[in-house]
Amino acid sequence: MNDAIDRSNDVSQPLDRLGPDERLKHDSDYLRGTIDTGLIDRISGGVRFEDNKLMKFHGIYQQDDRDIRDERRRQKLEPAYTFMVRVRLPGGVCTPEQWLKLDELARLHGGETLRLTTRQTFQFHWVLKEDLRPTIQGLHDVLLDTIAACGDDSRGVMATADPDDGALHAEVAALAKSLSDHVIPRTGAYHEIWYGKERVATSEEEEPFYGRTYMPRKFKIGFVIPPSNDIDVYSQDLGLIAVTGADGALQGFNVAIGGGMGRSDQDPGSYPRLADVIGFIPKDRLVATADAVMSVQRDYGNRVDRSRARFKYTIDAKGLDVIKAEIERRLGASLEPARPFHFTSNGDVIGWRENGDGGFNLTLLILSGRLSNRPGKALLDGLREIANIHRGKFRLTPNQNLIVADIPARERPRIEAILAAHGIGEAGASALRRNAIACVALPTCPLAMAEAERYLPDFAAKVEAILAEYGLSEEPITLRISGCPNGCSRPYVAEIALTGRAPGKYTLWLGGGFHGERLNRPVLDNAGEAAILATLAETLGLYARGRSPGEHFGYFLHRSGYFEPARDSATEDAVLVRAESVARA
Amino acid sequence: MTIAQHFHEGALTLEQWQHVEALAGSLSPVQARWISGYFAGLDAGLLRGGGVAAAPDAAPAGRTLTILYGTETGNARDLGKTLAAAAAERGLAPRLFDMADYKMRQLKDEEDLLVIVSTYGEGDPPQPAIGFFEFLEGRRAPLLPNLRYSVLALGDSTYEKYCEAGKRIDRRLQELGAARLHDRVDCDLDYEEPAASWSGVLVDQLAAEGAERGAEVVRLFPTAAPAPAAAPAHDKRNPFPAPVLDAIRITGRHSTKDTRHIELDLAGSGLAYAPGDALGIVAANDPDAVARLIDATGLDGGAAVAVKGESLGLAEALERRFEIAIASPRFVDQWAKLSGAADLEKLRGEAAAAARRAFLHGHHVVDIVRRFPVSGLEPEALLAGLRPLQPRLYSIASSLAAGAEEAHLTVAPVRYSLHGEERGGVASLQLAERVQPGDVLPVYVQANPHFKLPKDDAPIVMLGAGTGIAPYRAFLQEREAAGRTSPSWLFFGERNFRSDFLYQSEWQAWLKGGTLGRMDVAFSRDGNGKVYVQHRMLEQAKELYAWLEEGAHLYVCGDANALAPDVHETLIRIVAEQGGKDREAAEEYVRRLTSDHRYQRDVY
Ligand code: SRM
Ligand SMILES: Cc1cc2nc3c(=O)[nH]c(=O)nc-3n(C[C@H](O)[C@H](O)[C@H](O)COP(=O)(O)OP(=O)(O)OC[C@H]3O[C@@H](n4cnc5c(N)ncnc54)[C@H](O)[C@@H]3O)c2cc1C
Ligand SMILES: Cc1cc2nc3c(=O)[nH]c(=O)nc-3n(C[C@H](O)[C@H](O)[C@H](O)COP(=O)(O)O)c2cc1C
Ligand code: SF4
Repeated sequence: MNDAIDRSNDVSQPLDRLGPDERLKHDSDYLRGTIDTGLIDRISGGVRFEDNKLMKFHGIYQQDDRDIRDERRRQKLEPAYTFMVRVRLPGGVCTPEQWLKLDELARLHGGETLRLTTRQTFQFHWVLKEDLRPTIQGLHDVLLDTIAACGDDSRGVMATADPDDGALHAEVAALAKSLSDHVIPRTGAYHEIWYGKERVATSEEEEPFYGRTYMPRKFKIGFVIPPSNDIDVYSQDLGLIAVTGADGALQGFNVAIGGGMGRSDQDPGSYPRLADVIGFIPKDRLVATADAVMSVQRDYGNRVDRSRARFKYTIDAKGLDVIKAEIERRLGASLEPARPFHFTSNGDVIGWRENGDGGFNLTLLILSGRLSNRPGKALLDGLREIANIHRGKFRLTPNQNLIVADIPARERPRIEAILAAHGIGEAGASALRRNAIACVALPTCPLAMAEAERYLPDFAAKVEAILAEYGLSEEPITLRISGCPNGCSRPYVAEIALTGRAPGKYTLWLGGGFHGERLNRPVLDNAGEAAILATLAETLGLYARGRSPGEHFGYFLHRSGYFEPARDSATEDAVLVRAESVARA
Repeated sequence: MTIAQHFHEGALTLEQWQHVEALAGSLSPVQARWISGYFAGLDAGLLRGGGVAAAPDAAPAGRTLTILYGTETGNARDLGKTLAAAAAERGLAPRLFDMADYKMRQLKDEEDLLVIVSTYGEGDPPQPAIGFFEFLEGRRAPLLPNLRYSVLALGDSTYEKYCEAGKRIDRRLQELGAARLHDRVDCDLDYEEPAASWSGVLVDQLAAEGAERGAEVVRLFPTAAPAPAAAPAHDKRNPFPAPVLDAIRITGRHSTKDTRHIELDLAGSGLAYAPGDALGIVAANDPDAVARLIDATGLDGGAAVAVKGESLGLAEALERRFEIAIASPRFVDQWAKLSGAADLEKLRGEAAAAARRAFLHGHHVVDIVRRFPVSGLEPEALLAGLRPLQPRLYSIASSLAAGAEEAHLTVAPVRYSLHGEERGGVASLQLAERVQPGDVLPVYVQANPHFKLPKDDAPIVMLGAGTGIAPYRAFLQEREAAGRTSPSWLFFGERNFRSDFLYQSEWQAWLKGGTLGRMDVAFSRDGNGKVYVQHRMLEQAKELYAWLEEGAHLYVCGDANALAPDVHETLIRIVAEQGGKDREAAEEYVRRLTSDHRYQRDVY
């Protein structure tokens, strides 16, 4: 351990000096708590407060239908509790067989809908307490689980979904999978509670890496393959930027640490932060590096104040150099200097694309990642039919879209026929929608302050009208809506972003970098739709008239001086400079 | 009777008989009644050889008079009180008892007995009177050769077993050798007049006997009607107009039920109630239903009619005074006469009872009127066949101890379709659909002394399904206010957990706070097989029996047909299995629970 580092609020302190969640984790008997008895309690459709927190480590969130919360209160009924179940799907890759099972479970227990997330996995919503075990056992049948999909641990590991080089994708996706398997909790709780396995008495430490109190907070890892920055590597706690040699073979990774979006309007001290690139590691040092980085956060992260527990705050509190040095100390070697890399976009390319070895990858635009059967558009049915004939894989993208990967040329007509038959296709989708993300928000998200997913179609239509007016319809502009400042749609790097404040009221953010390398800035706070649209009309008007060829909206706003230089823009400009310079090097 | 019989029985010599017969021929009915009482009362004197002439001076003490009532919703009690008052008025010394509190030992010493009893369920006695019936109809009942009696049976002719409980008592007292003072009178819901004339005749008769006997009497009852001070400010006849505070649906979305929670303001009414009591709602018919009936008859809704000496418009009379949905046998008689329809004619009389019942279930008043039109119908002729509109009772789901001067109700609207028309219950639909907060409803308190929390800290087990949960909400509000945490256990059953868990968040809070000890729920439509309250009882058989052994009080509330019998049967089974008893003993055990007032039911 490094004595120079202040240890006053980390795991080295006695439990009673730490936040309540630390005690809860510590006393949970490695995430068991009383979950099993809670599941059979008949008086409530929910679970105990503590068990709810523990179940997050098992990938399960208790929620309630907020649309009818007040109605039920008046009816003297408890909230309409259901559960969100998040699958662990490293790199967002799944097989047709797994797809069919997910589809089946969604129809059986998940309100006939599936949700593709911004971290490339599936979520079930509306799952009843008594259906949790069947759902999780069903996933088990196809070798899927929900371990650490949430909770104070290493979350779902992301990986660029659709690089040009299929082989490189396969290798990186495999690394994402093995790293995910390496960093998840080891406790037997999951198998006991959900699969009904007997608890095996053992003398060895149940959580060799995590210990009883796990991480101070969630920890997010993602692999990116330039020039795509689809995973928004700068928003990851630990970002790994693939570096290839002249031969195109994977050599290793540039390591970026300390990214995060989450902020709070009540807490001025909270902020989104872009990750710092601290050096390069050869690929054989991957696991060791992940362990080193995570252990530093595990040991030094703030466990007194949960709102300062993310890695980004640890870094800013202790100093980037101190943290980097500590990581290198634990690695037993210093990191090599970062290798050059270059990003072009954080979006997806929608539609058919040759995949390099004679086949095709089809990227389907799934607005807000919502899969369901709607009149005229039967996404669930259509995709189930495709899964029935597809031999390749499915890939979920960080932009909530779906890739049907490795379609042999001869299969293309059949797939197209199925899509047509179910009204699936992006013919009409505008450039804006192709680059839009909205988080789940209402009615299931307990933290939502305003609509997001349900608002996107309306809002997009209104912005499209403005774009059309200025002849900008074909211009790719990133739009991200989050129902609250937590930023699950990674809004703070978008060119246009809304974060919810209250029903119908949002903070409007403008000027994010097109490939996620620069934070945007708040332009309106607590604003209604009219004010927001007015400001967009004004700024897009400026853009339409003043942009230089190929210049993105976000850049333009900065260059054109629309923002007077912000006092606190030090970090963001630093990041900007760094990113560009590294790219130029 | 024939003379010969009298010889053979050796009751009289031929000579004596001839005197009697001669005398009998010369007597007026009143004299005859006097004579019968005379001989009946003076047999002792005769034997002392005092001789007839000496009789008046030698008048022995008058016969004792006891009035027994068996009631659930209070009608029999009210009638019993009025009768007792009237009897006292006339110098008699009646003693008035609820069958529930009557000491069976006394029965063999009774001399004159007047019984008023209502009927429930499958021709059963009122809950509180079950013990009395079991004794009377059982092997331990004494012969009653000296007893004179008469029965007033309360009932509802729309039920299969009309006034059955009264009939049973009448039958049984005959078997035990008692003699009728007067034939049994069966009363339908409009029992006031028949009850009054029955009382009248009997009081006259007994008073006459007493007078002739000159026996001086102790006046147990005030000669006037009960002092107003004692009487509540508002009652059935003088209901309180209670403002509706809230009326909401408390079954969640997608429910197959539509249960309502009603809050009524009793502030300033002087009405007091205890948990377990019911609230009487003086309901009014749906104006649309009235309109439908009126144009089926072709009458003028404005036509003036006289109801109990009051002149009203026909429409208003139908809306507020008469049952216009379900038709009674009386209506069949009346309408058969008016329409001369053979199809109705053949539904009259005892023999046709079954057929009539079936017909009446499918044909309510309006259907009969439509099917058998009557030309030149007079409004009075229509009303003559109808029964007075009865108040409806609802278990009170709140406790005054909780602070507010309110009464809360839990109401299940009765809806059904008949002949392609959507129809519904008078009171339940009025509560569910026709009243808004702000409206007023005429209400009164219907005490239920036989559904009460224990005075002490005895454990309580509460069983209920659907709206049967109502009184337990009152119980728990009461316990909470009193800070009572003695052992309590609630069983609740409904259809679906998510939509029908009535007052769910309140039970949860009470469980947390210790006001409620434990709760078991049974939801019958949540897949994996129908589960009902009795199934949960069986799962907990051991515990449940242990509670009973520790003196627990058992409460059952809800549907008389769907819930009560199964729970009762299950209870006997549990006692048998857990207590290692045979059926007989188990039934005896449960009977004892009832007579100890530890097994109380409020079923409807
Ligand atoms: C489903 C998803 C949004 C979507 O529409 O796809 C999502 C949904 C939720 N997020 Fe998120 N987050 C999702 C990606 C993100 C991202 C983006 C990312 O990681 O790339 C972020 C910003 C990056 C970051 O972590 O800073 C994000 C930052 C948060 C935060 C803020 C964390 C912070 O440090 O401040 C919360 C609240 C919290 O953790 O206290 C949160 C909490 C939640 C919860 C679980 C609400 C809760 O805590 O009860 C939301 C569930 C809503 C629902 O009904 O499904 N979510 N969340 C994404 C699931 C990702 C996955 O598969 O694991
Ligand atoms: C002590 C006591 C306590 C009670 N507590 C409650 C309580 O807490 N909550 C509650 O909801 N109720 C309670 N009840 C029942 C309540 O008093 C009423 O009986 C009930 O609400 C129905 O009354 P109504 O006026 O709405 O229906 P009514 O006008 O009396 O109509 C009911 C009649 O409609 C007819 N009918 C029904 N369905 C059909 C059909 N399919 N076809 C043809 N005819 C049909 C039948 O003749 C039935 O008898 C209680 C009853 C008692 C005696
Ligand atoms: C739930 C219930 C069931 C009844 N069952 C019968 C019955 O089977 N036969 C009958 O003649 N009357 C039946 N009645 C009618 C009552 O006997 C009638 O209302 C009587 O006036 C009640 O008198 P009480 O208030 O003294 O109990 C029933 C009434 C209710 C509320
Ligand atoms: S951004 Fe806020 S509202 Fe949206 S999903 Fe995340 S937590 Fe919920």
